[in-house]
Amino acid sequence: MIEAKGIYYSVRSRNLLEEVTVTLNPGRLVAIVGPNGAGKSTLLKILTRELVPAKGNVTLDGRAMAGYTYLELARRRAVLTQQNKLSLPFEVQEVVMMGRYPSHKNSPEEKDYEIVEECLRNVGMLSFAGRVFTTLSGGEQQRVQLAKSLAQIWGRENAFLFLDEPTNGLDLLHQYHALDIARQLADRGAGVVAVLHDLNMTLQYADEVLLMQKGRICISGAPAEVLTAGNIREVFGVPVQLVKLPGSEGNVIVPASRL
Amino acid sequence: MSKEQMASEIPVAEKRGSWDQQAIMRPHAGKRVWGLGILVLLLGASAVFSVGVGAVAISPAELWAIVVRKLGWVSQVPFRDEQEVIFWFIRLPRICLGMLVGAGLAVAGALLQGLFRNPLADPMLIGISSGAMLAAVLTIVFNISLGAFGGYLASYTLAFAAFAGSCITTIIVYRISKADGEFKISTMLLVGIAINAFVMAMTGLITSLANDQQLRDLTFWSLGSLGGATWINVVTLLPFVLFTVLYATRLSKSLNLLALGENQALYLGVNISRLKKSCIVFATLAVGACVAMAGNIGFVALIIPHIIRKVFGPDHRIVLPGAAIGGAAILTSADAIARTLVAPSELPLGVITALMGAPVFIYILLSEHKRKI
Repeated sequence: MIEAKGIYYSVRSRNLLEEVTVTLNPGRLVAIVGPNGAGKSTLLKILTRELVPAKGNVTLDGRAMAGYTYLELARRRAVLTQQNKLSLPFEVQEVVMMGRYPSHKNSPEEKDYEIVEECLRNVGMLSFAGRVFTTLSGGEQQRVQLAKSLAQIWGRENAFLFLDEPTNGLDLLHQYHALDIARQLADRGAGVVAVLHDLNMTLQYADEVLLMQKGRICISGAPAEVLTAGNIREVFGVPVQLVKLPGSEGNVIVPASRL
Repeated sequence: MSKEQMASEIPVAEKRGSWDQQAIMRPHAGKRVWGLGILVLLLGASAVFSVGVGAVAISPAELWAIVVRKLGWVSQVPFRDEQEVIFWFIRLPRICLGMLVGAGLAVAGALLQGLFRNPLADPMLIGISSGAMLAAVLTIVFNISLGAFGGYLASYTLAFAAFAGSCITTIIVYRISKADGEFKISTMLLVGIAINAFVMAMTGLITSLANDQQLRDLTFWSLGSLGGATWINVVTLLPFVLFTVLYATRLSKSLNLLALGENQALYLGVNISRLKKSCIVFATLAVGACVAMAGNIGFVALIIPHIIRKVFGPDHRIVLPGAAIGGAAILTSADAIARTLVAPSELPLGVITALMGAPVFIYILLSEHKRKI
């Protein structure tokens, strides 16, 4: 369990996060949504210890996050970021194997190769295993990075996966596919946290939504309770309507101007 | 969660079995050993070649006889006493020094290229070499000597000055780029460029005060030479290079991860600030010591890692040891050429490395370019 309490973070006296409190439990897919500049990515960086909060504290399983070594943390959580440039021409399989670096000492074992293979198969990139990463398209690179993050926490108990806009640059099939993978990971017991922009996907996939605005979490809870027409209008400034999906309890968010 | 469970429940985009023939390669550890083995053979060959050529030639058979005599055995091959003396006191220390300098420069280059995530990084870029240069120029032109602290120190004044110069410049560059609180690699590159310009200007200024003999010394030193190699030189340089090479190979996995970017490396368990510091410290120590012993030898630090990556791929677990062995082999051969091409006179070593290196480098750049298209 990751707990962040009373987090403040500021850069040059501009508060990026104010009084943020979050609890992340294993087995749940938590979506962080909000307009640009709301502090979503900053919050993700605090929760992954890339940034240290100015005030407040973050704990992992009751122990202060700051007390973990880099390697211990790497064995507990994987992070998929938006910017993924590779400076050397590694092959796809080598990049995914890097996700296994925290798990083996010097050379990969047979188990690591099997995991790399499995993760590449999961994201549909196994046939690209021998290709040079830097020659792939943006979407393909993103899928390889997802495979690397999967490989990092593969088979680990109570692991966490953080995804910063995981659907960025992916085509429709692979957007859904990436979220399917995240959903299944959560069902298997991992804690998944995703910064998402697509509110409809959030409605369909998330267990819990943190709606952020101006560095604060203004509302959190079940997707259907948080993503109401009123809240969306207030936070994003967009008038929308929720349309009932025929044959299910779910809703679809549609801009009011289109109805 | 067990692997089987996850495998069965995570949606699979490609049907299981359809790609089984394309299962990923298991690069058996043997491949790396073979690669390094070939490089070691190359190094041995260049050493034997370098021992053999010169005013007094020594054939491989004579070399064998000289070596086994030292071990107390007798060989049938006859050789002259002067060959033996030349081998033990002139050729061998020179070759050992060449190997150490080549290995030290190439590993430092590979470390810095990995650290800066930039294949063009070399010790020149962050001011290590130019700092040594400025200190050496000052020492030569103002006739500074450590002779007062003990007679034999006098001959090492230049080495001390060069080593101190490279360390001081690196510290200054490091301090300035850390001024913002956090140490940023990109700032360090820019500060390095500024410091380089300043040092070059200072060097030019001081050089204009030099007399003819000093100018000759300066030119020779700034282009590098292994002339005057002694066993004392070799023993002095050995720990610097050895520690750097051994420590560098321990950083291999971290440097591989750094290729993904600083954030990603951090998420994968790399202590970034410690990695940056140790790379810079070890690169500075190795380059400073090498420049102190042999002057400014260009291109080795830049090109050797490129060649190794080109042949063996970008994995630092092979690039770092490979660069050490390859650098040693190349510098040993280059020195053999430098001292025989215009015999009895000698060419500066930097001239040979640049003449050999520039075309190779351009070839690599062109072929990289082709591969991207």
